[in-house]
Amino acid sequence: MDRGSFRFGPHLALLAALAAAAVVSAGSAWIDPYFLDVLKGMGINVILAVSLNLVNGYTGQFSLGHAGFMSVGAYLSAGFTLFVAPRWIGPLGGGAFGQDLLFLAALLGGGLCAALAGLLVGIPSLRLKGDYLALVTLGFGEIIRVIFQNLDSLGGALGLNGIPPLTTIFWVLAFAAVTVFVVVCLVHSTYGRGFLATHDDEIAAEAIGLNTTHYKIVAFVVGAFFAGIAGGLYAHFKQTIAPAGFNFTKSIEIVVMVILGGMGNTPGVILAAILLTLLPEVLRPVAEYRMILYSFLLIVLMIVRPQGLFNFSFRRRKSA
Amino acid sequence: MSEFFQQLLNGVSLGAIYALLAIGYTMVYGVLRFINFAHSDVFMVGAFIGFYAAKVIPPGSIGGGLAILAAAMAGCALLGMAIERLAYRPLRRAPTLNVLITAIGVSLLLEYSGQKIFGAAPQRFPPVFPTRDFQLGRLTVSSNQVIVVLVTLALIVGLRWIVFRTRIGTAMRAVALNPQAAALVGINNDVVISFTFALGSALAGAGGILYALNYPSIDPLMGVMPGLKAFVAAVLGGIGNIPGAALGGLILGVVETFVGGSSWSTGKDAIAFAILIVILLFRPAGLLGRTTVEKV
Repeated sequence: MDRGSFRFGPHLALLAALAAAAVVSAGSAWIDPYFLDVLKGMGINVILAVSLNLVNGYTGQFSLGHAGFMSVGAYLSAGFTLFVAPRWIGPLGGGAFGQDLLFLAALLGGGLCAALAGLLVGIPSLRLKGDYLALVTLGFGEIIRVIFQNLDSLGGALGLNGIPPLTTIFWVLAFAAVTVFVVVCLVHSTYGRGFLATHDDEIAAEAIGLNTTHYKIVAFVVGAFFAGIAGGLYAHFKQTIAPAGFNFTKSIEIVVMVILGGMGNTPGVILAAILLTLLPEVLRPVAEYRMILYSFLLIVLMIVRPQGLFNFSFRRRKSA
Repeated sequence: MSEFFQQLLNGVSLGAIYALLAIGYTMVYGVLRFINFAHSDVFMVGAFIGFYAAKVIPPGSIGGGLAILAAAMAGCALLGMAIERLAYRPLRRAPTLNVLITAIGVSLLLEYSGQKIFGAAPQRFPPVFPTRDFQLGRLTVSSNQVIVVLVTLALIVGLRWIVFRTRIGTAMRAVALNPQAAALVGINNDVVISFTFALGSALAGAGGILYALNYPSIDPLMGVMPGLKAFVAAVLGGIGNIPGAALGGLILGVVETFVGGSSWSTGKDAIAFAILIVILLFRPAGLLGRTTVEKV
C-alpha cells in the first residue's frame, strides 16, 4: 500500500477538499453549465465507485447489486423532498438554508435506508463466496428494482418526476470527499486491516481470530450507505428517476470503474470513475459505436492488463 | 381445473427453453468454473440467425423449420467456439473475477454490436414451423408448444448420448472432474473446452429459435432476462449437473408461468431471483448437486 499521501494527514486533506468544494461552489456561477453537469456526474460516479471498491476491492467480495442500493437512496430521498418535506417547509421558513438542511436530511435518510437494505441483504448472502455471492447480490438488486416498479406510491414503472434540483456542485464534491475520506481511513485503520485480511486469505484470517463475516457485513453496509447517498444526489441532479435506470447494467457500469481503476486502489478507482464519465462525452461524435468500443476495450483490458489500468503497485493479488 | 393444466402446459414449454439454456451454462461451469454471461447473447444471435435464414430457406414446413434450426445451431456453435478462443482462452490461468468481467464484456459487445447490425427495434420472427392448434378436451395445445417440447427432448437425449457414450464426452467429464489429471492421461483440455462451448452454444441457438417461435418479437436485448433466469435454473438444479439443469429449467418455467397468471403477475421477474436466493441460502449445491467440502 502506498502511504505517501498520508504525510499530510487525512483529516487535513478532507478539510482542504471541503474548502475546495466550497470555492468551486462559490464560483459555479462563472463555470459553463455543461461542464458543471459533467463535473456533478463525475462526483456521483466517484462516490459510487469508491464505495463499491470497499466491498469488491478491499474486502474481495464480488457484489453486483450496487445499483439496487443506489436506487433505495434515490427513491427515499426523492420521496422525502417531494412528499414529506413540503409539510415541514413552513416551520423551517423555507429559505435557502432550510432547504439545504432538508436536502442533507433527505440524503442521510436515503443513505441510512440503503445501509439498512445492505444489512438485510448482506447478512444472509455474505455466507456465500465468489460467483454465488455475485449472483445473489445481482438477484437482490433486481428484486429491489422490481419492488420499486410495483410501488405505485413511488411512481411505479414510470418513476418519480419533478424532483427539486437541489444537488449543487458543493454537495457532490463534499460527499465525494467524505466518501474517499471514510473509505481510506477505514481501510488504513488498525480495525480496517481486517478487510484486507479477509480479501487476502479468508481461512488464514479466521485462523488468527478475525470475524470475517463481521468485516464483510461492515464493508457491505458502509458501501450501501454511500451508494444510497450517491442515489440521492443523482435523483436531485437528474430530477427524474425510474426503476429501469437502476438495473443490472448500472451495477456493471460501477463494477467496471472499480476493475478499471484496479481493485483496492482508491486513487486508481477515482481516476477510472472520472475517465468513464468523460468517455461518453468525448465519444459523442461516434455515439453509435460508443458502447461497442466500450465493451471491446473492457475485454482487451482484462486480457492485457488484468490488474487494472491505474494499478501500478506490484502487490500480488490472489483470485477472489 | 382446465386452466391449471393449460398453465402447466405453457409453463412446461417455457421451462423447456430455460432448460436448453441452463444446460449450456452448467456445461461451461462444469469445465471452466465461471458464469458465461455471454451465453444469453449467443441465444439472441441464434434467434437472429433463424430470422435471416428464414429469408433464404422457405419457412413454414417441418423440413424447412428443421433446416433453420440446424443453421442457427451451427452458427451459434461457431460463435461459441470463437468467443472461447478469442476472449476466454487467454485468461485460462487468470482469477475467476477477471474471466467473469471478460464474460460481461463479451456479453455487452454482442448486445451492442447486435443493436448496430440487426437494429435496436424489435422485429417480428416468422412462423418457421407450420402452426395449428390442437384441442385436447378443453386444453388448447399449439403446434409450437409441441415442437418446443419434442425438440428439447431430442436435444437432451442427443446430449446425454454424446456425454456418456462417446470418447469426447468421456473426456468432457474427465476435464470437469479434474483438469490436471485429465491432461496427465493425455486429454487435450483446449479441444475439450472448445467442444463444450460448441455444444452449449448450439443448444442456446436452438433455444433462441424455440423462444422466438413462442414469443415472436426479437431484439438484441432479448437474451438478457431469459439468460439470467436460465442461470438461476442451472443453480437450482445443481451447477455442473446436466439433468439438474433440465429439471431446474422446468421448475422455473412452471413456477414463473403460474406466478404470471396469478394476481402477483407484476412480480414475475422477481420470482426467479427469489428462488435463486432461497436455494443458495439453504441448499447451495442445488437440487441434484452433491455438496462438496472445501479443502484448505
